[in-house]
Parts: sequence; structure tokens; C-alpha cells
Amino acid sequence: MKKTFSEEMNLAVSRRALLQGGAGLIGGAMLPMGFAMPAFADDKPAIGTWPAGSSGSSVTIGAAVPRTGTYAVQGEDELKGMQLAVEHLNSGHELMQKLSPKSKKGVLGKEVKLVVADSAAKPNEAVQAQQRFISENKVVLMTGSTSSAVAVALNKLAQREHVLYVAAISGSNDTTGKDCVRYGFRQGFFGQTAAAAIAPVLIKQFGKNKKVAYMTPDYTYGHTVTKSMQDMTKDAGWTTVTNQVSPLGAPDFSSYLLNVANSGADLLINVNWGHDAVLSIQQAKQFGVLDKMKLVVPYQVPFLARETGGGLMSGVYAATDYWWTVEDKYPLAKMFNEAFNKKFGYNPEWGAENSYVSFAHWARMVEEAGTFYPPDVIKTWEKGETIPSLLGDVHYRKEDHQCVRPVIIVKGKAPKDMKNKEDYYDVVEIVPGDGLMQKPDAFGCKLGDYT
Amino acid sequence: MINWPNFVSQLFNGLALGALLALISSGLTIIYGTLGVLNLAHGAMFMLGGYAGYAAYSYTGSFIVAVIAGSLFVMILGIVMERVIIRHFYHRPHEDQLLVTFGLGICFVEIVRFIFSSQSQVVPPPPLFQGITSLGFMFYPTYRLAVVGIVAVALGALFIVLYRTRLGMIVRAGIEDSVMVDSLGINVYRVFMVVFGIGAMAAGFAGIINAPVVSLTPGIGDDILVQTFVVVVIGGVGSFPGAILGGLIAGEIISITSMINPGYAYVMLFVAMTLVLVLRPHGLLGAQGRE
Repeated sequence: MKKTFSEEMNLAVSRRALLQGGAGLIGGAMLPMGFAMPAFADDKPAIGTWPAGSSGSSVTIGAAVPRTGTYAVQGEDELKGMQLAVEHLNSGHELMQKLSPKSKKGVLGKEVKLVVADSAAKPNEAVQAQQRFISENKVVLMTGSTSSAVAVALNKLAQREHVLYVAAISGSNDTTGKDCVRYGFRQGFFGQTAAAAIAPVLIKQFGKNKKVAYMTPDYTYGHTVTKSMQDMTKDAGWTTVTNQVSPLGAPDFSSYLLNVANSGADLLINVNWGHDAVLSIQQAKQFGVLDKMKLVVPYQVPFLARETGGGLMSGVYAATDYWWTVEDKYPLAKMFNEAFNKKFGYNPEWGAENSYVSFAHWARMVEEAGTFYPPDVIKTWEKGETIPSLLGDVHYRKEDHQCVRPVIIVKGKAPKDMKNKEDYYDVVEIVPGDGLMQKPDAFGCKLGDYT
Repeated sequence: MINWPNFVSQLFNGLALGALLALISSGLTIIYGTLGVLNLAHGAMFMLGGYAGYAAYSYTGSFIVAVIAGSLFVMILGIVMERVIIRHFYHRPHEDQLLVTFGLGICFVEIVRFIFSSQSQVVPPPPLFQGITSLGFMFYPTYRLAVVGIVAVALGALFIVLYRTRLGMIVRAGIEDSVMVDSLGINVYRVFMVVFGIGAMAAGFAGIINAPVVSLTPGIGDDILVQTFVVVVIGGVGSFPGAILGGLIAGEIISITSMINPGYAYVMLFVAMTLVLVLRPHGLLGAQGRE
């Protein structure tokens, strides 16, 4: 692969050379159109943070993850996955080489650095942090989200600033649906695929014609996941008897739970996430709701079983991106668990897995493209080649930049059946991704321009 | 979900929610009323009460010890805070007071996060109050029922201190006019210290009493702080009865609105606050001209 002009330059670029080059570029830009053709065949105009962000010996990734607030616990796990990925990229770790074979040390030979800010799961704070990273650190990649509201906001920032963005945890259909962008990619599962994967299992387990109470956080994630669950269970005659919409970070769920308790529902499908899920489930227990109806968590929350405690998740079905016991089936998952465990002392949850794989896929695309030039990286990604993940082969769709990947259905174990202190779930089924996805244009995705 | 049994349930739940809000708000309102300092660390002190109680519970397994430890710890912290930091701010602009208490609040939250991590911690209710009680028209968690009683007793105690003791008389006089109290030869700064301690203790006590209802996280005080402000504004700044009335109103608004449209439960709280500010700017039971 031919190197770009800027990458050849950076081998031993001096300040003088840079100034001269810069002067030449400016001079070139001032020539009339007919003479403006670049002197180098694949020289390209600067875009976003390119080439500034990758002209030195290192490149930087900007992460805005929630370290405080309702999603803090999940944000920390997500961040650990990023840290491990960066470490593996720079050291040329065996696992990283399996996911991105051309990565030796660093990406295109450049050391990868990670800069981190706390988003508190708030879109405005995430955007501010990333804007700072773009101007100060010239980041070549942005990541972080745990709230889809953040993912959607960063999608828009990515498109506007022409800096790539890989979504971290984001369950909304909109992230690669109506709010999709050319510069954004998502590895993880989401409302539609979660619902499509878990609905048949639930219907088989609980039967047809059930009355369902929903608990929904009041933003894009909550509304799209609830909608997908309703759509997927409609044909089996499941009806919604109440939908309790609550703000993110509600301090108490008692009034919602009284409505649920009085609704006569057979099932409680709880879409709340992070600490909201923990609190609403604990309080559902206090109000006796869990004795009256079966609980389902369609979009699994990392650490939920641990945090709710008391075996509350026992028998509860959930759809997830990753659960560590799949290591029996997938050798790369085993390698990941071992490396993660060694560094952090626990088995990774799906936030960490998603971050790690997203970084690996990005590195792979950059290596394949042979450049950090975003449009070339995007076009490589859009080839939709089959590539490895921790759960076997996957591919990205060129139409909406969504990774087609399996969804795992888990069921909470009773405390007495747990083989060790992290053995919270049985893997019920690993559902292949292809059949779960909506048509690429079903959620109104229009990707936008490359430049 | 609008039907008679649900309405009665929500009405009752509003009372339980409101009682707790009243207790936390009363601490905030007497501090502000007496000292003139709006303590933005109040939410963090609510949180600290919960965590101090949790730590005590982990060591002893006793809920009573947890309640005492949670209350005392925050009271002592409040007194130290007043002596070391807050008193240097009495004569400085309100913005400085807001910033210093806000900063302290952040420090408390992050220290707790450092020690206990962000993962939620559970304090189970005492064995006597575990389980669910049937009230005939509804089932309600026994501990939440107990909370209503516990809070009523605590508010009663606070009432006696404020309205039936010499200290209380001075505090109430200080709320009306601290300069006059000072010129009567009463050491107003010592009173300030005591008031800050009592106000902090109310938050700490509420924090540990509330712990079995919600699981503890370092950020638990942030949302409560906002609601507490709403309560104080509705009830009237500096008014102890106002805090109780405001708390109960806020609790009922959240519960009743959630029955009609859960998405608006917290919005309506702010609508109510706005209405009060427009129609009665000094709050329902606040006195005009009080700062």
C-alpha cells in the first residue's frame, strides 16, 4: 500500500521541513484551479484532524465516558476495555493481532494514546470534552457513550468535525438508524437486535397473549428499545398494559412501581439501565412486584446481578453483547477474559468487550486503508468484509455502519447454582446476527458525506 | 392507571416520599434561614449519612448503630465544616458561599467514590421492618411505612428543639434578624455552629434512614439536592413548617402526576415551584422580607 504524503513526511519531519511543506501547500492552494492539482498522486486536502493528528509519532483517541452519575459503574468497565485495547495495540498483543493482523506495534506504526473525560452520561458534557480533544489533542478517533443520547450527539459531532467515532454502549435504534452518520460506527447490539433475539425465547418460555408492563427511561434508548420489544411480541398477542416512563437518574421508583403493581401485568419488561435498573429492580422487590410478575431485562446492564444482590436476577432473561462464560465456545473470548482478568482482577462485562473490539476493528480498518485519512478508513470499513470478533466472524453494513454480530441470551442463575462469585448467568442461546437486523433503511438512516 | 385503588396508593406513597423530603429540607432551610448560607453540600451530607451508616452496619450488623453513626458522623462533620471553612464566608458574597459549599460537595462525593467505588451498596432494613404489609387497599413495603413514623418522630424532635427550647428561640430569632440577636449579647457564632450541626445531622439522619429504600451510590445526594431546593422554595425559605408542607406537597405531586402521566412527574414539581414563585415569591409559609 502506497504511503500518503504526510506519512512519508513524518518519518523524520523537522520543524523546518514542516514549515516549508506548509508554505508549499499554501502556495499550491493559491494557484489557479488548472494548476492546483496536487504534486503527489494521493495527496489530499486536510480534513478534520487529518493530517495534523497523525503526523507525529503517536495518535490519540478521545474517550468521553460516564465516570459519575447513573451510568458510572458501566462507564468504568467500558473505559477498562479501552485501556486494555490501547495497551494491546501498542504492545502488539497476540489477541490484537488476531483481530487486526497488520497491527504490529501501534497503529500504522504510531503509538496510540488515550485521553479520557467524564461525560456523566450527558450529551453536552460529552460534546464539550470531545471538542476540546479535537482542538487540543487532534484526536483521530472519538469514542464513549453509555447513554445513546451521548452516542447520537457524538455522531453529529463526528460528522461535523470529520473525525471518526465508534459508539461505546448505545442501545438506541437511532444511533445507526435515523441519527446515523458517515463518520460513526457501532459494534454493539441494540434495541432491535436485542428484541428480535429475546422475543422468541420469551414467548417460548412464557406463552402467548401476555399482559406486559414496561418501565422505560425517557430518552432515545428507552423509547426505541420499548418500541422494538412491543413490535417483536405483538404477533404473539402480547399487549402493553402500562408503560412507566421515568427520567434518567430518577431518585425513587415507588410511584411508577405502584402503577405497575396495580396494572395486572404478567410480565415486567424493565428497560431502565445503569443504577436506574438496579434501583427499580430492588424497589420492585420491596413492593412485591417481582412476586406478582416475571421480570425481563431486554438490554442487559453490566454488573446488574452483582449490584441488585440477593439473587434478584435469578431466572431473569436478558439479551446481551457478551457474557464471559462464552469463553468455552470462543477461543478469542477466552484470551480476552484472561488478559482482562490479569490486568483488572475481574471478568469483563459487555461494555469492556464492546470497547475493546471497536478499537480493534478501527485499527484493522486503518491498517487496511494504510492511512488515517478518514474517508479512506470509512471506505475500507464499508467494504463490509468478514472480520473476526470475540464472538466469531462479523461484518459491518455499508448502508448504516452497524456491525452484524450475534446477540447472547442469558438467564440469571439462582445463588445456589453459581459456580463462582461471577457466575451470574447461564448462556441460553447465541443468536446469529443476520436474521436479527432490520433492513438497512428501515429506521431512516442517511449516512451523509465523506468530506 | 387512573382508578380508585391506585389513587389511594399513590396518595399514600406521596405522603411517604414527602415525609423524607421534608426531613432533608428542614435541615437545609434552618441552615439557610439562620446563617444565610445556601449549603450546596447538603445533598452530599445526605449521601455521607448513608455511607457512614453503611460502614457502621458492615462492622456491627446493627441498624440502630448505623443510624446513630450516620447521624453523628455528619453532625460532627457539619460542625467541623462550619468552624474551619463556612464561618470565613459569612461576610463574603453569596456566590462565594455557593461555590465553596458546591466544591465541598464534590469533594465529599469523590472521596466516597474513591473509598466505596461507584457500585451501589445495600443496607437492608432492620429485621422487624422487612417484608410487605397489607393496608387493605394496597400492599406497601413495611420499611417505608416505618419510615413515615420514624420521620414524623424526628420532625417532632426537631420541632421541640426549635419551638420549645431556649436554643430554638435564639435560632428562630436569628432567622428573623441575626444582627439584633448579636446586639442582645448572644454569641451568635456559637449558635450558627450548633445550627449547622443540627441541619447537617437532619440530612445525615435522612441519608441512613433512606438507605434501605434506595441503594447507596456516591451520586445519590445530587438529585435529592435539587428536589430539596424545590421543597424549600415552595414551603418558604427559612420556614421549618414550610419545609414540612413543601415536602408533603412535592411528594404528592410526584406520586399523583406519575399516576396520570409518569413522564411528567418531575416536570410538574418544577411547574409547582414556578407557580409558587410567581404567585407567592416568599413561599407558602415564608415571611415576606426575610432573606
